[in-house]
Amino acid sequence: MSTQTAGQSPGSTAVPAPRPEPSRRRTLYRGDPGMWSWVLHRITGATIFFFLFVHVLDTALVRVSPQAYNEVIETYKSPIVGLMEIGLVVAVLYHALNGIRVILIDFWQKGPRYQRQMLWVVVGIFLAVFIPALGMIGLHMWERFL
Amino acid sequence: MSGTEGGSAPGAWTPHHREGRIAPVMEKEYDRPASLDHPRAPRRPRGIPYFEKYAWLFMRFSGVALVFLALGHLFIMLIWDGGVYRIDFNYVAQRWASPFWQIWDMALLWLAMIHGANGMRTIIGDYARKDTTKFYLNSLLLLATGFTLVLGSYVLVTFDASIA
Repeated sequence: MSTQTAGQSPGSTAVPAPRPEPSRRRTLYRGDPGMWSWVLHRITGATIFFFLFVHVLDTALVRVSPQAYNEVIETYKSPIVGLMEIGLVVAVLYHALNGIRVILIDFWQKGPRYQRQMLWVVVGIFLAVFIPALGMIGLHMWERFL
Repeated sequence: MSGTEGGSAPGAWTPHHREGRIAPVMEKEYDRPASLDHPRAPRRPRGIPYFEKYAWLFMRFSGVALVFLALGHLFIMLIWDGGVYRIDFNYVAQRWASPFWQIWDMALLWLAMIHGANGMRTIIGDYARKDTTKFYLNSLLLLATGFTLVLGSYVLVTFDASIA
């Protein structure tokens, strides 16, 4: 009969030497930019998911009547919702770019080695895409509200 | 500090699935079934075989598709032409007259909802402390996701531009 204690040979593991001084960092991962990219990925992902519910519900009003849909969409054409739309672009763009980074870490042979450099590439592409997008959305808002 | 990564466990690592062991993840707090000669043995694996592996793969493949579908959608709706301020019922009616946009939106709806729901399932699994909490949150998630998918698909399939 097999028991859980199989494969345990005492004394086979080398005892590591004690550290010269205790580090306040408990792991290599905690506090690293890699961790913060994961935190942001999680927050943006959950945000997008909650937005999706609202978005499917408001679009479903096209099945009720043109008036009902237009009324609700008209309330969206305000500066505050405009700012939320910019926030949505930030969330989706970051989640998409960092998602590609995650895929490369998982599937590309050298992905784990270059994960940090890829994070800076993500930040670079994010800025290169987001700044013109912000300019265009800002232009539409300016034409509408000013 | 020794620089070995993940190599500190005694003995060589063996793939759990080849030896009939379940993967060492998602253990239940009540996971100690009755077996006189073998107490506290893990339960037989239940559910869809390799579900987590396929869920993991789905996140990556749907993610690639969603980069184009979702960012394209945002570009058309917020940036192209007049942005959101040109959108009204007539705009939607013209758009959905084309099967291309119907298929685009249907794919976006299903991929984004399933991708997002699986992400939320991961988050619930990470932060729910009790199994009952996890069960109720996952049930709510499944219900909400199913409702949104059915509603969205229904609207897209039965859309009528001449509705009064």
